[in-house]
Order: sequence, then structure tokens, then C-alpha cells
Amino acid sequence: MSEQSEEAMLTYYKRLFPYGPYFRWLNYGNMKEHYFHNREFSFTLPDDIYIRYQSFKDEAELEEELKKMKPQKIDLGAVYNHRPKSHRSITNFVPMEKELVFDIDMTDYDDVRNCCQGADICDKCWKFMVVAVKVLDVALREDFGYQHLLWVFSGRRGVHCWVCDDAARALDQSARSAVAEYLQIIKGGEQQNKKVSFNHEHLHPAISRAAGIVGHHFESMMVEDQDILGNEEAVKKFLLMIPDEQLKIKLEKAMLNYHDSISRWRVFEELTANTGKTKRQILHLKEEIMLQLTYPRLDINVSKQLNHLLKSPFCVHPKTGKICVPIDPANVEEFSPETVPTLSQLINELLELNSESLGKDGKSLKEYERTALNPSIQLFKKFLSNLESSWRHKRIIASDAKMEF
Amino acid sequence: MEFQSPRHSARRTVKNSSKLKSEYPHSLQLYSVPPNETIGLQELEDWAVERLKVLRAIERVNLSKNARFSDDWKNALKNDLQKQNLNSWYQLSSSIKDEKMDELICKTRQKDHVSHFLLRLAYCRTEESRRWFISQETDLFRFRFSMENSEDIRVFMKENKMNFQPIPEEEKKKILTKLIHAMPFNANKIDMVEYYKVPFTEALDLVRHRKVYLQAGYAYVPNEELVSIITAMFRSHLSLAMALTMRSLPELEDDHRIRRLLNDFDKRYTGQDFNALQNKSSGAAITPEMLDGLSKQSYPLCMRHLHETLRSTHHLKHGGRIQYGLFIKGIGLSLEHSLKFWREEFSKNMDIDKFEKQYAYTIRHNYGKEGKRVNYSPHSCIKIINASVGPGENHGCPFKHFDAAVLRQKMATNRVPQPAIQEIVDLVTRHHYQIACQRYFEATHNTELDSGIQHPNQYFIESQKILNGEAKEKPKGAHKVQTIRATLPAKVEKPDTTDENDEILREGKDNHFLIFRLHGNHRTNTRFQHMIGVTIMYT
Ligand code: SF4
Ligand SMILES: [Zn+2]
Repeated sequence: MSEQSEEAMLTYYKRLFPYGPYFRWLNYGNMKEHYFHNREFSFTLPDDIYIRYQSFKDEAELEEELKKMKPQKIDLGAVYNHRPKSHRSITNFVPMEKELVFDIDMTDYDDVRNCCQGADICDKCWKFMVVAVKVLDVALREDFGYQHLLWVFSGRRGVHCWVCDDAARALDQSARSAVAEYLQIIKGGEQQNKKVSFNHEHLHPAISRAAGIVGHHFESMMVEDQDILGNEEAVKKFLLMIPDEQLKIKLEKAMLNYHDSISRWRVFEELTANTGKTKRQILHLKEEIMLQLTYPRLDINVSKQLNHLLKSPFCVHPKTGKICVPIDPANVEEFSPETVPTLSQLINELLELNSESLGKDGKSLKEYERTALNPSIQLFKKFLSNLESSWRHKRIIASDAKMEF
Repeated sequence: MEFQSPRHSARRTVKNSSKLKSEYPHSLQLYSVPPNETIGLQELEDWAVERLKVLRAIERVNLSKNARFSDDWKNALKNDLQKQNLNSWYQLSSSIKDEKMDELICKTRQKDHVSHFLLRLAYCRTEESRRWFISQETDLFRFRFSMENSEDIRVFMKENKMNFQPIPEEEKKKILTKLIHAMPFNANKIDMVEYYKVPFTEALDLVRHRKVYLQAGYAYVPNEELVSIITAMFRSHLSLAMALTMRSLPELEDDHRIRRLLNDFDKRYTGQDFNALQNKSSGAAITPEMLDGLSKQSYPLCMRHLHETLRSTHHLKHGGRIQYGLFIKGIGLSLEHSLKFWREEFSKNMDIDKFEKQYAYTIRHNYGKEGKRVNYSPHSCIKIINASVGPGENHGCPFKHFDAAVLRQKMATNRVPQPAIQEIVDLVTRHHYQIACQRYFEATHNTELDSGIQHPNQYFIESQKILNGEAKEKPKGAHKVQTIRATLPAKVEKPDTTDENDEILREGKDNHFLIFRLHGNHRTNTRFQHMIGVTIMYT
């Protein structure tokens, strides 16, 4: 059974889905007219029936509709110039704004992870996601000045980032693609072994910062956990990334004198420590290799397009039943997909809740705040209150401006 | 401006020179306002043809091995233009204080202005032609820009409200190391470099290629990269304008004279888009069973690789499905056949149900049966070469996206003779991917082609022609095979990513170039006037 039962979904939308905070988020302080109303939602119903261009007037209508339709999955699209629901009757129906989004999925790491493949994940390969969050979070904040980043677990094996700053939501397509390409350094398909190359004397500040972060994790996650130099075949595969033939031969000989990943990695470090000075092609070889193996792999088409849909936060993942909960980027290392609550777990909690907490005080708490979902809701609320203070600030400026007249 | 009777026999095309001078104060133009002239149809066409020659000269020079905008590149372009008597197109600056010269220059500026607006019309109709036009025009602008002195540039920037201020010395000192590390050029002269702090959205090309230091949403742009910002502004103005021009085109085409003029241009200079071309040469419809054979005989390497990957792994990622799916549509595979072909292959690895739900959509989409219902054109080489190809993906152009060793091996398997392999790999290292593809064609067909390959479907058609004996197979050195398209640059830079998509059609952005101008009661061609602001006299 790959879908959640209708009954379970109904319970979710009736008692667990955090409508209040969710609406506060997408309404963006009502700073722009019809912002919520012109937002595209799309639903996946049982049997893979997919309906696009849904839109809702307000929180109440959204709630009503979710309870009625019980979608297996909710995707969020752009804010359009008109109501998506009536898009057929409008000749000039175009997307106006959307969060700048990033999508990182573990399947894109299949050629660099040895622990699992495809849909599977484990704690070892989850570290790729940890690195991805760290690298992108700091780049978006420091380089682009964004502050309101909502990181979300995608429900199975990846993460999404929603950049919600006003300026980010207003970016046009070409700006989005420039940002995505700035952040994308791994280039090359199946037939290209070296996918990261820098040939200037210095590394760009953003790259050296990323190399620093990656370097921090590299030995434990790649050399130890993934055992990238564990056998002869692995060494051969690793050496395909060496662009210089002489060096490659030298390395192969020296590395195969040892029998474990760590010692072989040390050999690589030693032998390449000084060669770079003489040959431009291998000047940044170590960084390039570390980055090729661990730098975030973005699906940049998702980021580039204004009207691309992305699975909404607080969705139930149809296959795993896990809730797509926010992740705190400052404590991303503590997050484990293993501990994310599943729908059935939450429903069990609700059952207990009824029998146990009857009559006790707790009226002010929503039901979802009394389950394992609560920490995620609190995190989301923290994100919201930062976001809201930025609008408050703007409102004050706006009203001050009016007073002057 | 005064209304001029169309019956007036004398062609009065030029305003008095002092007026012209005040209208065209600068050699560089952003072409934001349409001209306001009365011009004869013949003259109009002559001017447009001249401009086209200039743009084609730029295209040719881009095909040469000179790095773009290097001194060699500029000289090559100047030579080319001189040969065709078109020097006036770059001698627009009036450093020479001479009445006669001044007048001539102003007239040329006017010609520049009017012809630009006319060509916009001819080139706004398809994405491909818009892209081509925008790209050549932007190069022309940058070429002219590079010949201005700094004083002229300052005036130009001021006139166009580009107020960039260099950052103060202390600010520069604070972030000096970062600035040096972000510099693509030699750091020795850092003291001389002035930096401008601009919102990163105004320096997208520099951001995209990580050529600037970014901090908190601002890009620190060294003065020698300023030209790239100004060029980018030019480019984005133009793509917006082109998109809006296209929207207004249907009205305009009511006038049959204009239509004839434009159609003519279109046919002569932009070629076809290879959308759903029937395989006329063989007469028979293409069926899935024929693809294995065709892929060996007539596919360019990019498509052959996708075909073989699909056959061996029974899967292609999204980028591959689009690139290959559109190509086989272009060679004449019907939607039904296409669905059958993909279904058979994919279902070796997944159940048919999953295929129908997840993949059939894209295929129908390619044929314009889903989504926006646009009948998409097969991708051109430039698009394929510039595609971003990630881990696990197989689309793109092998000459660009394969490691040299892999490429060699692939070619050897496909029985390309060793000397040709070497030659091709050399071309590839110099980034001449399309010329490499042409050599590959020649080596596998034992013939010669006039120009580079611009489109995988063009490659296919050429190949079929030869195999079906339509074009006589010619040994090297004999009379050359006709190609069907004008050449496009073999060496390409990243194209402008402001795709001419819906997004820039947003209403409310400045569309002042569509200003409505009525010239008296000159009814027959008022629509044309609205578009390019000139009144035509039919004499
Ligand atoms: S040059 Fe064009 S046709 Fe040739 S392989 Fe590359 S993309 Fe394909
Ligand atoms: Zn794993």
C-alpha cells in the first residue's frame, strides 16, 4: 500500500494540520492584495489524480477544501496576477512572485554514496543533506542577504529550502537562474569524470567558504563512512578525477601500497600538497575533489522557474507517511529523518490524548501542539515571528511616510 | 511631425541637420523610443538590409577562433565591415569636429535607429530568431561601447540614468582580500581598480559566473566589468521589447506590403525551426523499428548517445527525454509511434501503469497535447550545448559534455578514422563544438559540408539526403553540398537566460516604445507607424 488511507488523511486535515500558522505564512502579512488568494495550490488525490490551479480565498476556505478533498499531497506554486482557479477565462495569466526555492534530493548522490542507493537512506548518507543545508544556508544569508529561510524535510530523502524574504519572492526568472547557477558548482553528466574545476589563482570567496565547511566533514563522512578508497576498484574510480596523467600514475602506485581508505587519503594529501604550485590544472585539486563529492547537488530547474511546483511544508509524504517538517538550520546536525513523526504515530497519540487528558487544562493548546508534531510547529512559529517582525518594520516605515504629508 | 502626402514625389527623408543632431546626441543608443520619421519603403528596406549585413558580420566573426571582444576580434570585425563598405556603422562618434562629418554621422545614427526598429519586427516571431537577433545586437552594442572613450561613456551613462558611484577607499580596504580572490584577472593592479557596489540583480551575468564578490545582496563590480552591467541592461531592455513587439505583430501584418517585406526577411535569414518535419526524402513515415538503423546512419552523436543509453538502460532522465523526444518528433515520428516507442523501452524496467502516469505526460507535452499546448520545437545545437547537465544525466552535446577520452572511444566505436578523431578532439579543446560535429559528419559520410552544424535535425536531414542520393555524394574537394541555413556561431557563450517567456510579458512594465503616433490621416500604414514610428511613403 503506497498511499495513506483516506480516513487517516481526514484525521490529519481535521485535527493535525496547522492551519493558523500555515495561513499566516502564505498570507505574508497581507502586505500585497490577494497574495494568498492568487497562490496556486495543486493536489494529488488517490490513484495519482493530479489537479492543478486550485486557489482559496482565506484560511477558512483552505481548511474546508482540504477536509473535503483530503489530498495525498499538496504542492505550492506561484502567486499569479489572477486567481488560479479561474485561469482558463483569463488571457494574460502569468506568475508574479514565488519564494526562491531549492530542492536537494539524495538520488542525485547515487554516484558518490556507497551505503545506499535510490530511495533508501541511512544516517551515513543523511550527512550529505547536513552539509547541503550548512553550505547553502550561509551562502544565501551572507552573499545574498536573505534572512527568512525555511528549511523543510521533504518527507523521505531530501530537503527543500524556501527563501521567503520580500526581495527573494519578487525575483524574476533570469535572476533566479543566476542565483541558482552561482550556487551550482557540480557540472557534468555521466560521461564526464571531473565535475568541478577552478582555474583561477584564488578560489572565489564563496567557494573557499564552502570548501571550509565541506572539509570539516569530509574525512568522517567520505573517507570513513563511505569508504571511498576502500578497495582497488574504488581507488581506480577516484583516480578518474585526476586530470594529470603523470600524477595519476604516481598516486595509483603510492595509494595501493596501503589498504584502507584513511591511509590512502593521507597519501593523496601528501602527494598533492605541493604539486599544485607548478601546475595550474591541479592547483585546487584537493578542494575540487572534496567539493565534487560533497557539495550540495541542486536540481536547479526547480529554482530557476517561477512557476515550478514544490511539495508544501506539513505535507504527509504519501509513501513514508512522514510529515514534511521544518528543519532548524542552526541545529541541522541534530535532525534525523528517523525521528520525524509519521501520520500513524500521530494518530495513535491523538487516541491516547482523548482518554488521558480529558478534563485537564490545556484548552489553549491546539491538539497538534500536544503531539510529537509540536516541536516542529514551534520551530515554524519562530520562523514566522521573525518574518512578521520584518513586515511590522515595513508597516511602520510606510505609516511614517504617510504622516509626513 | 508634419504629415507628408504619400503622393509627394520627392523623397524627403532627412530632417535638417541641427535637429538631427539634437535627436541623436550620442553614438550609443538603447533604442527605447521609436523613431519619428517619414521614409520611403525602398530606403527602409535598404537600411534594414545593411543592418542585417552588420549583424551577420558579427556572427561570422564569432565563428572565428578569436576570443570575443579581444583586439583581434574587433579588428576582424572592422575588416569584414570595411570590405562591405559598412565602416559608417561603427564610426558613429564625432570626435572629428567637421560640419560635413557631423552631418554624415548623425544621418548614420538615424539609420541605425530606424533599421533597428524594423529588424525587431522581422525577428520577433520565434524564440530562435529573437534569441539570434538579441544576441547579435548585444554584441554590436558592446563592440561600439568598447570604442568609446571614458568621457563619452560617462555622458552616455548620465543620459541614461545609470548612476553608479565607486565605493570609498576605506570600504575597499576592508574587503580587499575578498575582492582579490573574486577577481578573474591578475591581482597586481588592484590599487588602480575602482569598485562599484550594485544590487546583485543588476549584475546577473557576473553573479552567474561568480566573477564578482557578493555581500549581503550587493555585487562589488570592478570598473572593467561595468560594461557587462550596461550590456546586460541593453539586453534585458531588448528582450522585453521583442516580447512586446511580438504580441503586437498580428495587427501589423494586416498590411500586405509590410507582411511581404517581413516575410521575405524571415525566409532569407532565419531558416526553419524543424518542428515536426516529415521525413520527405524517404517518402515513408518513420516508425519506431527504424530508429535503431537511423541512429547508426544519420543521427548526430548527441542523439545517438541518447538512443543507445535508452536502449541499454531502458531509462532517460528528464533532460534526455525532452532533448531526444523532440528530436524524434522532428524527424517525423508521430505521437502514437512516439508513445509506443517510449512505452516499450521504459516498461522493461517499470510497470506500464507507472509509465502511463509519470512519463506519458511529457511525451504528449512535447507534441503540444498537454500543459500550455505549445508545439515545442526540437532543440538547436546552441540550446543543447548550453544545457546544464548534471550527475546521472545523458543529454547535452557530446563534443561539449564528454571527457576527451570518452569522446575518442565513442568515435572509434563509431568507426571514425583516427586522423579525423584527432582533428575533432583538437577542435573541441578550442571550444568549436559545432565545427567538430561538422567534421564528424564529414568523416562518417565521406563528404564535405559548407558550414557548421546548427541543429541536430539539420544534421539528420543532410545525412538522409546523402544516403538517399538526393545530394550527390561528393569526394573531398568537389563542389560543396548546399546547406539550408545561415550559420550561427559555433563558439557560443552562455546565452541570455532571460528566456522570452511569459514572465517578461507582465503588464505595466515600460512599454513606451509602443507609443502611438498618428501621422495625419495616413491610414494605410498607421499600424506600422505605431510599431516602428516611421511613416512610409509609397511612391
Ligand atoms: S553539435 Fe549539435 S548536432 Fe552535433 S552533437 Fe552537438 S548538439 Fe548534437
Ligand atoms: Zn545510506
